[in-house]
Amino acid sequence: MIPLSEALLLLVLLGDFAVLGASRLTFTIRITAFQGFLLGMLPLAIHHPWTGQGFLLASGTMVVKGLVLPNVLRWAMREAAVRREMEPSLGPLSSVAAGLVALGLGLALGRHLPALEPTLPRLLVATSLTTVMCGFLVLTTRRKAMTQVVGYLLLENGVYLFGMTLAGRVPLLVEMGVLLDLLVGVFIMGLVVFHMNRELESLDSARLAELHD
Amino acid sequence: MSLLLLLAVPLAGVVAVSCDPRRARRLVWLALAALAHLVLLGFAWGGRLRDSRVLWLGFDPLGGLVLTLVSVVFLAVAGHSAVYLQRRVPRGGRAYEACLLGFLTSASALCLTDHFGVLWVAMEATTLATAPLIYDPGDRHSIEAVWKYLVICSVGIALALLGTFLLALAQGANAPDLLRSSLVAARALEPMWFKAAFVFLFIGYGTKVGLVPMHTWLPDAHGEAPSPISALLSGALLNLAFLAILRVVQVARAAGQQRLLAPVLIGFGLGSVLVATALLLRQRNYKRMLAYSSVEHMGILTVGIGLGQAAGFGALLHMLGAALAKALLFLVAGNVLIEYRSKRIGDVTGLLERLPISGALLVAGFFVLAGAPPFPLFFSELAILRGAIQAGAPWVAAGLVLLQLVAFIGLGVRIVSMVQGGSAPGESRANESALLLASPVVLLGAALALGLGLIPSLQNVLLAAAATLGGSAP
Amino acid sequence: MSSGLGFALLLVLAPLLPAVAAKTVAALTGRRGAGLLQPYRDLRRLLGKGVVYGAVTTWIFRAAPVLWLLSAIGAAALVPPAGHAALVRFPGDPFLFTGLLALGRFALTLGALDTGSSFEGMGASRELQIGSFAEPALFVALFTLALATRGSSMSELFGAPVGAAWLTVGASLAMVTLSLGMLLLAEAARGPIDDPTTHLELTMIHEVMALDHSGPDLALILYGSAVRFALFGALLVDLAWPAGGLSDLAATARLGLGLVAVAVLVGIVESSMARLRLLRIPQYLVSAGILASLGALLLLR
Repeated sequence: MIPLSEALLLLVLLGDFAVLGASRLTFTIRITAFQGFLLGMLPLAIHHPWTGQGFLLASGTMVVKGLVLPNVLRWAMREAAVRREMEPSLGPLSSVAAGLVALGLGLALGRHLPALEPTLPRLLVATSLTTVMCGFLVLTTRRKAMTQVVGYLLLENGVYLFGMTLAGRVPLLVEMGVLLDLLVGVFIMGLVVFHMNRELESLDSARLAELHD
Repeated sequence: MSLLLLLAVPLAGVVAVSCDPRRARRLVWLALAALAHLVLLGFAWGGRLRDSRVLWLGFDPLGGLVLTLVSVVFLAVAGHSAVYLQRRVPRGGRAYEACLLGFLTSASALCLTDHFGVLWVAMEATTLATAPLIYDPGDRHSIEAVWKYLVICSVGIALALLGTFLLALAQGANAPDLLRSSLVAARALEPMWFKAAFVFLFIGYGTKVGLVPMHTWLPDAHGEAPSPISALLSGALLNLAFLAILRVVQVARAAGQQRLLAPVLIGFGLGSVLVATALLLRQRNYKRMLAYSSVEHMGILTVGIGLGQAAGFGALLHMLGAALAKALLFLVAGNVLIEYRSKRIGDVTGLLERLPISGALLVAGFFVLAGAPPFPLFFSELAILRGAIQAGAPWVAAGLVLLQLVAFIGLGVRIVSMVQGGSAPGESRANESALLLASPVVLLGAALALGLGLIPSLQNVLLAAAATLGGSAP
Repeated sequence: MSSGLGFALLLVLAPLLPAVAAKTVAALTGRRGAGLLQPYRDLRRLLGKGVVYGAVTTWIFRAAPVLWLLSAIGAAALVPPAGHAALVRFPGDPFLFTGLLALGRFALTLGALDTGSSFEGMGASRELQIGSFAEPALFVALFTLALATRGSSMSELFGAPVGAAWLTVGASLAMVTLSLGMLLLAEAARGPIDDPTTHLELTMIHEVMALDHSGPDLALILYGSAVRFALFGALLVDLAWPAGGLSDLAATARLGLGLVAVAVLVGIVESSMARLRLLRIPQYLVSAGILASLGALLLLR
């Protein structure tokens, strides 16, 4: 039937649309965590002699993206009573339509670039670019600071897709460094969100518009 | 001794600072680490430190140049911080010093590494290390500033990561690594993949450099951070990001993609100068004014590298001079803020009467930035203009001159209004702490030394570095 | 299996399916539920009853149930049962298929509006809203299938080429199957779209259309709904269980078992999800469309 790596990429794409169409914050966080699990399985699905390094990377990704990050976000939200996104600039249907446009663009760009090696799945470039664009979309059209973090996570998932498939070439140290940076970054973002909630009593970033020219 | 020491020393400082509850001792660790770092750099220039395979560290002219600049600015900032923080309500003390030293560690890794992946990790680490520092004041404006900074810079750097991965794909299946030296030697990069990689790398790292239109975080972050941190950001962080772009330029030139470089670099650079100058004229907050000036100068640097030849040399000299001037100006702005307690230009008058030395330093810094001889920016501007004419783009030179003239007038008018005028009745000459003046004076001296050519063999180092970027003697 | 036999089987089995779904829901909720033959008994009972027409209704009201049933039967004639060719087939008949389904919905809605009651007006607007989102999604799903199987008639889209297509473009076919499954729930007025057991008028969508009809008219509507359920079920069976060249007995068994399995799945979905809010129904249908278009995009790359 379909190779496992392509199926994983398809599920990642479906996850993108789920995030775009969702309105509950906890649901979107779970979807990005699920995408993290899928990403972790990707190098194991592509490179068939499973090396110790590949296994370490896969498990590290799954643990960090699938387990640790959602808990960091949940911890950051513990004082904020935010569960739903209120009135994003782009409604769920329009966001999903924009996501479709992003998918079309991703596929077109994927066709434009020269062919990948046969070991890499064909959908890779399209999925990665689409996920990056969807993450960008969520980041720019949502008002709650927490949802912007979810958009950033989606963007990172898209970029990390590439890293996962290049797992043999990028040294393990670097990939671990990338994961660590992501973890610390989200941790700091969570910290700022927590303080934002304390200081402004809301996570609506429309209230963060006092500094401007 | 290996280059790893340059990372190990600040890292040891982080550990020491995190474990020490006493503030005075923490500041000692901070100062010691900064001094030791600079001394080690001296050894490195003398060729006494070996390369290291860990993190693929190597000492090349360009990286060494930027790291020395960062180290000097860091020392000034660290020294100034120690005194500055005692004049304000101190917040998380340990976090402040630990983040500062963490910044120095990642900056060292960034400048010395040969591997694009490690470069990325270090760049993100510098972003994360400086975020808590920007948030130090803790009020709602700094929350807004740090949120914008975190989100915009993290997104930019994520795009740069995508570019890094695309760079690995551009090598094809047979030479799979991201070492700059092998990329430069390879010369066999798949053009389409490389172009895609270049776009993402430029946009990504350009976000951290503050190029328009990705600059929106910069005025907020540099304006709301405590003044020593603003000095660090403008003087060191922007140049680290610029170094990342320079590394990409090195690879692009080796891959034969020069024709891609010039329009992109010159276009974004000129755009940055234009927008920064326009927005500079509307500023009523002197720290934001200085921030926009930073954007403008990063734009000039980008144009210089894009033009190549003499302008390449000029750009590197400009980087050094502008960084020193910026750090100086922000530190003095901090002194002004302590005294006048307002960031508005309108609220600051009679600086020469109340804080004569700081006022004089402000004016001196302005002259350094404006390119007055004998300061280095004079020579660097001339070199850039010469390079523009050499490259057959005299309109670029004309545009730069015009825009810089406008910026000079805008900046000058505001600084003069701050410095002149009588102070309000009842205010007399305040006591200026010598400690708060030491760092700015040192920076001014460094800029002077640079301009007068007092630093030995700097010219050769600049030429060597510029050569890898397509620059030549002015 | 000959086309006629398959068609007849579909029509005969149709009322069984809602009963199976109801039985599944009952079993999952700890009840015994009505018997499996209850719909047949209901139909016989209704056919024998008298009919009452409102004073303001016209011939439209009387014609609506007939059109509803005829369009459903016509669409069923286009569906290939058990991998064989359908009773009626010609290139381009997917358009006729969608058109017949739309015609039925349109006729029923007109009949409801004919009563002049505001309640039916509300139901009509809901029904047409579902139609306006479901029909494009159905088109996209059929289009994707046409791309995958390179066919131009329903018999080719759901017939023999499907088996080979699973091996080459399985991902797209999976998307289309999922999409058609979601559309089945919308077109057959089941599941999270429209709770068939509701007695609260404000939550009804399809029942509003049937509310004013009585006697044989109601029987025609109930049977037509069952036929729509069955024909979508047959499409799903053709996609998910491609098997051509079976003997008559095996093909009959396959169709019967497949339809029952679909009905059981519908029952499971119905019992595990609450009815969707009306605001969410367009999102649900657009998601079905997006799944199908995802399948199409994957084929176009």
